[in-house]
Amino acid sequence: MVWAILSIKVENKPGILFKVTHLFRSRNFNIDSISVGVTEDKKYSRMTITTIGDEKQIVQIVKQLDKMIDTIEVRRLDVNNSVYRELVMFKIKVSKPEDSMEINKLASAYSATTHDAKKESIMVEMTATPHQISAFEELAKKFGIKEMARTGITALEREEHEH
Amino acid sequence: MSDNNKMNETMIGATALMKALEKEGVKEVFGLPGGANLPMYDEFGKSNIRHILVRHEQSAAHMADGFGRVSRKPGVCFATSGPGATNLLTGIATAQADSAPMVAVTGQVPVAMIGKDAFQESDIIGMANPALKYSYQPRTPEEIPTMVKQGFYIAETGRPGPVLLDIPKDVQQNEGNIPFPDEVRVPGYHPWTDPDIQNTMRAAEMLLSAQKPIILAGGGVIISSAFAELQSIAELLMIPVVTTFKGKGAFPENHPLSLGPIGMHGHAEANKLMTEADCVLAIGTRFSDRSVGTFEEFEKNLKIIHMDVDPAEIGKNQTTSVAVVGDVRTSLRILGKILMDKAVRASDDNPWLKHVKETKQYWRENLKIHPGEMGAAKILRKLREVLPKESIVTTEVGQHQMWASLFFDAIHPGTFFSSTGLGTMGWGFPAAIGAKAARPNVPVVDIAGDGSFNMTENSLATSVLEGLPVIVFLINNYTLGMVAQWQRTFYDRRMVGVDLKKCPDYVKLAESYGAQGIRAQSMDELEKAIKDGLNSDVATVIDIPIDPEEDVLPFVAPGTGLKDMILPS
Repeated sequence: MVWAILSIKVENKPGILFKVTHLFRSRNFNIDSISVGVTEDKKYSRMTITTIGDEKQIVQIVKQLDKMIDTIEVRRLDVNNSVYRELVMFKIKVSKPEDSMEINKLASAYSATTHDAKKESIMVEMTATPHQISAFEELAKKFGIKEMARTGITALEREEHEH
Repeated sequence: MSDNNKMNETMIGATALMKALEKEGVKEVFGLPGGANLPMYDEFGKSNIRHILVRHEQSAAHMADGFGRVSRKPGVCFATSGPGATNLLTGIATAQADSAPMVAVTGQVPVAMIGKDAFQESDIIGMANPALKYSYQPRTPEEIPTMVKQGFYIAETGRPGPVLLDIPKDVQQNEGNIPFPDEVRVPGYHPWTDPDIQNTMRAAEMLLSAQKPIILAGGGVIISSAFAELQSIAELLMIPVVTTFKGKGAFPENHPLSLGPIGMHGHAEANKLMTEADCVLAIGTRFSDRSVGTFEEFEKNLKIIHMDVDPAEIGKNQTTSVAVVGDVRTSLRILGKILMDKAVRASDDNPWLKHVKETKQYWRENLKIHPGEMGAAKILRKLREVLPKESIVTTEVGQHQMWASLFFDAIHPGTFFSSTGLGTMGWGFPAAIGAKAARPNVPVVDIAGDGSFNMTENSLATSVLEGLPVIVFLINNYTLGMVAQWQRTFYDRRMVGVDLKKCPDYVKLAESYGAQGIRAQSMDELEKAIKDGLNSDVATVIDIPIDPEEDVLPFVAPGTGLKDMILPS
């Protein structure tokens, strides 16, 4: 099984997100994460979808997406040559006074920022790779995670090497 | 969206729709009116477009589908919102599964009412989405002609399919200053790819070096009218031709190199030789499970050259050795030219071809058929004998359909049509009416079973009242025969829900609609009935009672390979 990042440029029109996700459903593919936003040209949106499947499936997904009339460009990003990040928010429990300090320390180790520090909880915002997020999540579990919200990955491929 | 707009014209949306359809060359629309499409219907009196009234919207979609497959131009159907639109759905999905060009136009509740659960409101675009090639919902009358133009372009180019235009009632009624573009661009749509020359050359080499080559012709050959190109390659290299069921009629079935359809109910010789081949040139096929059996088994020891217009079909079901993506007619032309340049002409005494001929001859002489006078094979051969070769044949779905595949030879290219992908019972009769509208001077026959004909038999009203006479060749066992066969074969003869108990009387049914009903219980009666049907100005239902226990054989059980075919004992 492989993990793939698909970058899909679509016309910025209503109903297209529905069609793209419907395609995944009707073709029996998985959506691991999805994020959508407008591109540098307001006429278009970019969807970044991560998916897991065998190589043959991924190739099929790309072809089926390409076939869709509403997709302008479909690219499977080279995972090793892309910058991909996800925004995550945690609400972490504060059970005893020293927790607050420790959570702050942990957050700064992950270049995360904290918000809304309260007696019982503290909010952590971080932008990182899914791998780093999982690592942070593991460490934060000892305090107790009250809530978590993730955006799904967004990504861009690096420029070609300059010669 | 639109380029080079001509001068705009002031009119309401419904008028713009009809004008745009006229500009696309539409001469007839199959449909049924209702509250939300009344403004469109009000236009028929002012337009040259003929309205053909159906008695159920599913039939309107099937008629448009039949019209589209025969004419290779999108057939058009109209329905109102809500249930009218949902009744079209089965027909839309059928067209999508068989890549048939269609433009469906539905009325929708007024824009302000959308999402309010209004009377006869349904989110038809959402419901139909996976069964559509594309869809539009104009919010202003100005958008309508551009959407029509784009819709026709999308429906009929590349791999054809159904397009839906869902028009809110107020958009039909409102006046606008409306542009009628002569050309449109659809940015994300690239229906044509030029076949890759390198790959086509590799395909040629692979074919030439194969010891036991075979050609598998699919529906794509019919859609792109690549008949002559296919035949010239087959004859040049002396390669036997099998087809998928959808490809039936892509190659003349009376040709010495023709082996007929492969698949679940393929010809014995076709299935057998397909499994023996070492290289297949597969043209315009998606390798349906009904054609190839299990995918793994099919591709074992087989080099697959796959030509298709749809790049997403390459590698979807089968692993290919060489893929040539593009219009198959163009691809075959290029392949033919490469082969001609190599100045190869195969001799017809190679061991493979000798084996092919012997196998074909053996099975044509020795396949056991039902011994009764009115066995399926005999009545279908009689139909072929009496029917002019240019006649168009549609089928319903079930045993009769597979018997037609086995025992009715399609000789003229592109004269045989069936719901092969979705397998929609009730398709054949309305599709035949649509075909008749497209080709009024050619006899059209629906090879039917009673269970399937039941589903859309009220189209008799359309056939009679609209002067679109077709013959319903009703192979009648008063049983849901294919289900019964599976219950006999896989469920130890536990027969449930398959006995139709001699209801209705099809002669009386036909007569009640003003059609001709004839019961044929002997070969002489049958021959006379077919001739009467051919000479009739109204639809003819030929009711042909048969043995309800007759099975369709050979039979490749689901989940098995072609080599495991069950033969008549």
